[in-house]
Parts: sequence; structure tokens; C-alpha cells
Amino acid sequence: MAQLPVELILMRQLASYLATPIFLVGPEGELLFYNEAAEGVLGYRFDEAVELPLAEWIRAFPLFNTESGRPLTVDEIPVVRALKERDPVHGSLLYERPGGERVPVLATAIPLVGQGGKVLGAAAIFWPASPQAQG
Amino acid sequence: MKVEIWGSRGSLPSPGPKTVRYGGNTATLLVVGDEGEHLVLDAGTGIRPLGLSIPLDVRRIDVLITHLHMDHLQGLGFFQPIFRPNLEVHIWGPPSITMPLHTRIGRYLSPPLFPVTLRQMPCRLELHDAEPYARIGSIRVRSDLVCHPGPTVGYRITSPAGKVVAYLPDHEPALGVDPFPAAPEWTSGFDLVHRADLLVHDAQYTDDEYRTHVGWGHSSIRHLAAFAEMAEVARVAPFHHDPSHSDAEVDALAAELAALVPGIAVQAGAEGTAFEL
Repeated sequence: MAQLPVELILMRQLASYLATPIFLVGPEGELLFYNEAAEGVLGYRFDEAVELPLAEWIRAFPLFNTESGRPLTVDEIPVVRALKERDPVHGSLLYERPGGERVPVLATAIPLVGQGGKVLGAAAIFWPASPQAQG
Repeated sequence: MKVEIWGSRGSLPSPGPKTVRYGGNTATLLVVGDEGEHLVLDAGTGIRPLGLSIPLDVRRIDVLITHLHMDHLQGLGFFQPIFRPNLEVHIWGPPSITMPLHTRIGRYLSPPLFPVTLRQMPCRLELHDAEPYARIGSIRVRSDLVCHPGPTVGYRITSPAGKVVAYLPDHEPALGVDPFPAAPEWTSGFDLVHRADLLVHDAQYTDDEYRTHVGWGHSSIRHLAAFAEMAEVARVAPFHHDPSHSDAEVDALAAELAALVPGIAVQAGAEGTAFEL
């Protein structure tokens, strides 16, 4: 694997030090990294998931519409939308943890645009929704 | 391809009796290609004496700037060749999404900081954002952003014979990486440096000094050892010596590095050092 752009390397290093759950994908939506705080929400260590292509990680981390409970399509996933639309995306969703429990999650995703103006990937910051946020 | 060091000091010129052997001029290298290409790496204060040595029959010079901190730019206005009307000078520097290179360099090369503006330089001057891949004569130049405050690139320069010098004078690949190094794909600068014949690299700090300078954009001697070993370089020149380090202290750091990387040739960067690749 070739060396990644330094912007993504620094984003991973920053995420490694933060207690906020962060999920980092590359330009094709491939999973590059998530931090320890994200492991707590997702229920899997990053070592178990490693670097999965988009088609695989969306199956490994099942996401559902908060209102209807139906599975999210790939184009509805905030981090994928941020990547494709080059805009920040905020949304609520349900995540199915390894034991089958569905937990409400709030997510904000941002595209990572490098110095040359190229979209290098996207990062999603997410956290379990509080009862107030769930309405 | 020949590589000459004309300035090896970091941060600030530091002339004096304690820095005579390694020199007090800031970052400047000259690379002379097999077909006579002249590439100047950075425009620290070493570029002034370098400029005086450039033969009058040279028709083109490319100045490759890694970033715009003063120790890499301060000498540009004193580079005699830019006052030669028949000389083509190309300046390459890190890209920015906010301002062209001309504007950013012009902040220094304009009154009140300097009496002459870039537009007044008599040479035929062209400025370029450093491109990921470029060709200068027969030489291939690769550049990429590296970990250092503000947009900063490193350069990988390859001769037609496949000889490689990698130049990363200001680089902190260990920032936030514990233990260092991480996997190559997650290491800043790796692709620029991999299997270089000569690596000229930041080695500003002792381990103790680094502890109080985390995030300043520079490496300790142990970081350089780990980086050079991971990248499998043949020879390494520790560079960007701290202005407070005497010749004896640079000697000690070079000896420490040599002990850490027994399979790699070590020669601390000193003004007047030349490498034939």
C-alpha cells in the first residue's frame, strides 16, 4: 500500500488522541481508521475491522433509518454523502451493535479537502444520541 | 549527479567559533544533474555564497523551496544569479489554496522587509507550485506534503541513472505516533524517501530537547534513525542543525545516529560537503 497523503496521516494521529469517536475513510469510501472512542460505540476493535472497502464496511456496521427502521442505502450514510457531495452532513441514525442492539447515533461528517483542492477522504464524528436528542 | 551542501543550519544563521566546521548558514543545497541541470534546494543564507559560484554560462536554474519559513527563504534576495538578465530562474514552492506563490514570497521580497520586489529582479523569473511529479531536464522531481507546520513539501530527485537524493529538511514524522515508526503507509514522507541513495533530513534535536519541542516540526536523532532504517536508505545526512548546537554536539549526534543505524552510512551535513551519486 502506498503512503497516504499527509493530511490523512495527521487526521488519524489527531483522532488517535481524541476521546470523541471518529471514523476516517479514503477517497473511495474505504475505511482507513477509527479510534478507540469509536470502538466503544461500534463494538469492534479497529484491529478486527482493519481497512475494509466501502462495500464491506457498510455490511459490517449495519445502519438504519431512525424513523422507519429500514436499512440505510450507501448514499444515505453521512460519511459517504460528505465524500460525494463535498459538503458537511449531519444526521441521526440507528447502529446495530454486534449483539443486535440498535442504538441511536448522531453523526457529523466532513469531506477532507487537501491543499491541492482534491477530496482526500472524509471523517465522521459521531456519538450516541442522548434521550433529549431522540425527542 | 552531484549534491553539495551550502547551508546546513536550521532556524537561524549561527556563525561563530563553535560552528566553524558544520557552518552557520541556513538550509541550501545544490544538485548538479548529469546533463548540467542546476537545482538549488531551499534559499537559506547558504544560497548567497552558492550564487557566487554558479558559472556565467549556466542558462537555467531551478530553485526548489520546501516551505516559506525564513531560514529557507531569507537568502533569495542575495542570490546573485537572479540579477543576471539572461538567466532563466524557476522557483518552485509548496502550493496554497489561498495565495499564489508569487504573493507569498513577495511578502518578504518587498518593502519594508526588502528593497527590491520580485518583479524588479532582472532575470527571467517564473514561479510554480511544486507539482507531485515534474521533470527538469533529465531529472525527475517528486514532491509531496510532509508533516511540518504550514504547507511544507519534501523532494525526491532522481537522476536518469536512477540515483535518488531525498530532501526533507524540516520534518516531524513522529508527531503523535507512539511508538514511532508506524506502518510505512501511515508515515509522513515515506514514499519520498524509500530506498534513496542519499537522505538529507531534519535532525534538529536530542531526545531530551524533543520532549520540550513536540509539534515544532522537527525530528530527534532517534526519530531520524527509525525513519531512515524503515525507508531502507543507503546514506543519511543529518541536517537542519539546531542553532544552539556546537560542532562537538553535532559530532556527538552523528555518532549516536551511526550507532543506531549500523547498516546505513552516516555523514552529518556540513557546509562544503559534496556527495557524488
